[in-house]
Amino acid sequence: MDSILTISNLTKKFGYLTAVNDLSFTINKGNVYGILGPNGSGKSTTLGIVLNVVNKTSGDFKWFDGNTTTHDALKKVGAIIERPNFYPYMTAEQNLKLVCKIKGVNESKIEEKLEIVGLLERKDSKFSTYSLGMKQRLAIASALLNDPEILILDEPTNGLDPQGIHQIREIIKKIASEGTTILLASHLLDEVEKVCSHVVVLRKGVNLYSGRVDEMISSHGFFELKCNDMEALVKVLENLPYFGNIKVTEQLVTAFLNEPLKSETLNTLLFEKGIVLTHLVQRKESLEEQFLTLTNNQ
Amino acid sequence: MYRLLNIELHKLKHSRSSKILIITYFVLLTSIALVAAIKFDIGPIQFHLAEMGIFNFPYVWHFNSYISALFKLFLAIVIVSMMSNEYSNKTLKQNLIDGLSKKEFILSKFYTVVLLSLASTIFLFIVSLILGLIFSSYTELSIIFSDLEYLIAFFIKLVGFFSFCLFLGILVKRSAFALGFLFVWQFVEGIIFGVLRWNTNPDIASTIMQFFPLNAMSNLIKEPFTRLSAVQSVANQIGEKFNFDYAIHWYEIAIVVGWTALFIFLSYLLLKKRDL
Repeated sequence: MDSILTISNLTKKFGYLTAVNDLSFTINKGNVYGILGPNGSGKSTTLGIVLNVVNKTSGDFKWFDGNTTTHDALKKVGAIIERPNFYPYMTAEQNLKLVCKIKGVNESKIEEKLEIVGLLERKDSKFSTYSLGMKQRLAIASALLNDPEILILDEPTNGLDPQGIHQIREIIKKIASEGTTILLASHLLDEVEKVCSHVVVLRKGVNLYSGRVDEMISSHGFFELKCNDMEALVKVLENLPYFGNIKVTEQLVTAFLNEPLKSETLNTLLFEKGIVLTHLVQRKESLEEQFLTLTNNQ
Repeated sequence: MYRLLNIELHKLKHSRSSKILIITYFVLLTSIALVAAIKFDIGPIQFHLAEMGIFNFPYVWHFNSYISALFKLFLAIVIVSMMSNEYSNKTLKQNLIDGLSKKEFILSKFYTVVLLSLASTIFLFIVSLILGLIFSSYTELSIIFSDLEYLIAFFIKLVGFFSFCLFLGILVKRSAFALGFLFVWQFVEGIIFGVLRWNTNPDIASTIMQFFPLNAMSNLIKEPFTRLSAVQSVANQIGEKFNFDYAIHWYEIAIVVGWTALFIFLSYLLLKKRDL
């Protein structure tokens, strides 16, 4: 598989604070990646380093095969960092023309990309008159101008209203479906869960997990059970080989699986032991629960 | 180079305030011609400035480049703000992300500075040539095209001054403060000169001061008034004799070119070291 970005042992220190700590991961062509982490976990700093606006303290990163300089590589990359930054006194079209000149691409794509983000009618309005949602969509159009090999989005839905968030997500899904590699930094878990196939989880600049989203939820799930005789139920469960941790609250028994087990098998087993369930739910941990476990335990 | 210049001109072209300032600047350059219109006619005292020889070749090159250099502040505002606005709009960050290298970014600004200086110099050449052809007493080709080194000095002076502005724009990141800094710096050089003069003697003081950036720039083109024959004849009558050195020396040009290189290099270094 072609690698697009390889980060190895990257570290960034701001004085005593270590924003990114010995971070390594690789981004391959064709996947949608999420960088997940609470605020201040080093997501934006990492992106800033690979995008040539923040200086690294140590470590290394390379774009594509490693033979292109960073600023040449960036011409094949589309990126939006935190807030859309354009010249307020220029119209949308003038701003995009400038980006074309910087990236060295033809200006013929401008209308097409404005169409994708739904701003074609407003192309002659000054950037300063745009709403935040429109600014963010213009930023996406600008990032798409060179038909990038990878699109980097840093918190693209931050500060938008529900309609705005929905519009941006639809655009991202559409771009992803066309085969563009996407790297999405976010602290919004459902955003990453909905859009990404791979995820890198950061906390305080440390890489906690990197790999596929579905493999991150590696456990076999858990059962939520209720019956009239809770004590008997717990006793039986503890004697079965399938379960690890069993949590008991007043109304509910939560039993975590060590190996796969179907709900009908469990139900039959318990019925044979004389326990009649009043409540049986089998669940997998959501990304959110997994994420909280990951970021809290370490 | 054309690409970098094109990028920067695109930014200037669509900014209304920059356009107004640049146009004002060139209109002011043209307004030197208005000096020609200064004419007093009070009974027996007839005074027509244009007839006093200020537009005589080759003196006109010296006089006009000295006067024109006073208007450079208008372009200085444009240059400081074209740099610091990149910080305040955060477009510098976006430019870099879009694939401009830090070196290219500085170069695109520097090329613009050179272009604006070159345009001013050519403009000055044309205005002075026309004024000279109209009012000068001598119009032999060899006289017309003598002393053209004042135009070279004018060009070097502008490039140096604007590079200083560029550097201040990057250093301070805010146009108003950067311009303030410029005035403070002018003041500081004045104070240093005063202190040196007080503690040593005027000769040593000006020898040291010629190495300070703003002083070096103003040294390039010395004041032309005492060189005017009319002024000299008045001075002669009251028993004064001016004996100043009006020429432009290679080392004066070298100092300013040195500062220019240093300012551009420091700007690059600052940009490189800083996290955005």
